[in-house]
Amino acid sequence: MTFGEEILAHYNHWITIFLMVSGLYIVIARSNMIKTLVGLGLFQTSVYLLYITPGKILGGTAPIIMDDPSAVYSNPLPHVLILTAIVVGVATLSLGLALVVRINEEYGSIEEDEVLAKDET
Amino acid sequence: MIVSSQLPALQIVIPLLGAVLCAFLRWGRVAWFLALVVSWAMPIIAGALLMQVLESGPISYSMGGWEPPWGIEYRVDIFSGFMLFFISAIGAVIMPYARLSVASEIDEDQLPWFYTLYLLCLTGLLGIVITGDAFNVFVFLEVSSLSTYAMIAMGKDRRALVAAYQYLIMGSIGATFYVIAIGLLYSETGTLNFIDLAARIGDVGTSRTVLAALAFLTVGISLKLALFPLHVWLPNAYAFAPTFATAFLAATATKVAIYLLIRFYFSVFGFGTVFESFPVSQILLVLSLAAMFGASVVAIFQVNVKRMLAYSSVAQIGYITFGIALANQAGLTGGIVHVFNHGIIKCSLFLAVGAMVFRTGTSKIDDLAGIGRRMPITMAGFVVAGLSIIGVPGTAGFISKWYLAVGALERGWWWLVFLLVASSLLSVVYIGRFIEVAWFRSPSAMSEKACDPPMTMMVPILLLVMGTVYFGLDTSASADLAGRAASALLGGTR
Repeated sequence: MTFGEEILAHYNHWITIFLMVSGLYIVIARSNMIKTLVGLGLFQTSVYLLYITPGKILGGTAPIIMDDPSAVYSNPLPHVLILTAIVVGVATLSLGLALVVRINEEYGSIEEDEVLAKDET
Repeated sequence: MIVSSQLPALQIVIPLLGAVLCAFLRWGRVAWFLALVVSWAMPIIAGALLMQVLESGPISYSMGGWEPPWGIEYRVDIFSGFMLFFISAIGAVIMPYARLSVASEIDEDQLPWFYTLYLLCLTGLLGIVITGDAFNVFVFLEVSSLSTYAMIAMGKDRRALVAAYQYLIMGSIGATFYVIAIGLLYSETGTLNFIDLAARIGDVGTSRTVLAALAFLTVGISLKLALFPLHVWLPNAYAFAPTFATAFLAATATKVAIYLLIRFYFSVFGFGTVFESFPVSQILLVLSLAAMFGASVVAIFQVNVKRMLAYSSVAQIGYITFGIALANQAGLTGGIVHVFNHGIIKCSLFLAVGAMVFRTGTSKIDDLAGIGRRMPITMAGFVVAGLSIIGVPGTAGFISKWYLAVGALERGWWWLVFLLVASSLLSVVYIGRFIEVAWFRSPSAMSEKACDPPMTMMVPILLLVMGTVYFGLDTSASADLAGRAASALLGGTR
């Protein structure tokens, strides 16, 4: 394969990396707490892709046992792992949002700079 | 007996069920009592497991009867048995302290929720240590982390909310980095079980995927570890959380992350891959020294005694990773035994400060002037534990630093011994500063009315303080076990 073909063959990893870096950038660069949580969610979603895309075996079918002994199945384990990770992500997001609601009640703002400035005084 | 063969599962199931039961309760005292019963049952189970491991070797328990590597395996060897017993013992000792301390800092109707979160955190921490499956570690890691974030947010000060939020962001990034590492390892080897991973990584060698996985793993776990410079969440989280939560977390949460790091470095990746092919030793050494000196210096200038102790924790974690970076028998023993010693010391320090907060309502150093004259026994406990942090011979801290120094000398880096001693001198400054304010100034308005705390709070403090002295004189339980764990890890056996 030429160099260009080799890069294109890994397109799933390129998408994963793009989402990962975008998510991390949002977490670092945005001071609005809700936006930070969205960035965190984006970052976690990219990791789901990292697991699932290699799980598809070329020429593989759905992982339900058939009578054909020569059948090639796709790997079901990454899907199980990612279901767990999605649940963890949902729990993290809900806890983060609950914290932001309380911070808004106490400080009157959800911008991290403003909240930290109020604590300085 | 049926129960004894199911002990590894019971170690996790009992606190988990306890947490669920606690969530249904409406009375704070009943919830505390349930948490007390569960916390006291944990060291019994962990002690039984440790005894069994010391007699007949590692225990392997297949969850649900599914054999590893297809099923999830719970594996107890000397190192995990040691950590299990340590975590459950700390939880058991400090539980009587919680009744008055937590009730004074958290609203009456939220008390059952607090104990629910505490039991969930205990479940998660014990689960990380006992499991032998890499993804199961992530599940328990997040169980303990999420309950930690919520526990911290329940602190009285409104800054606890911001501290919990920042910890949530950083901790979730760390956990996700860990998941990335496991994903890379899984795509390279096809398995998630630690022993199977160790065997297959040996076949794969030092490919770029393994290097990337090692890097992501180190960064992810270091975020949970509060290794410099990823420690930013720790001072605020420890300062503003409820005192009981701070004492428990300071003793256990970062130590479990250290357990994970050691487990992956020595049992999964292997000594050769990590320390000989990649410069992990040098990187960890530099970061450890930065933590030891930087955090100690910052601790000296704090106005809040809980924040001072939090920065002290960051420095002490630097000592532990220093021991890991040395990666020889003495160094690793020093690291593991400091996990145990620092847990006891920091817990007793935070409990003593918590008693002062309980009596006066403040944790600012200047407001606590003269507190030693009104709470003499508590302050005496603080002094003894402080001597242990400094590393005075006869206390537990000295044992850890001795092993670390011997490890550094064995590697031929004698200048590291000087640095070790120099950073201990820094801890003299910040401990001494508080002792000077507490004993040698006349009592301030807030500390005038204080007196020693009630027995239920006093006994855990004194127990832990006596522990810091006892384990400095008789090291058969702590350092010898740590030594056996270290030789098992370095020998590559699990």
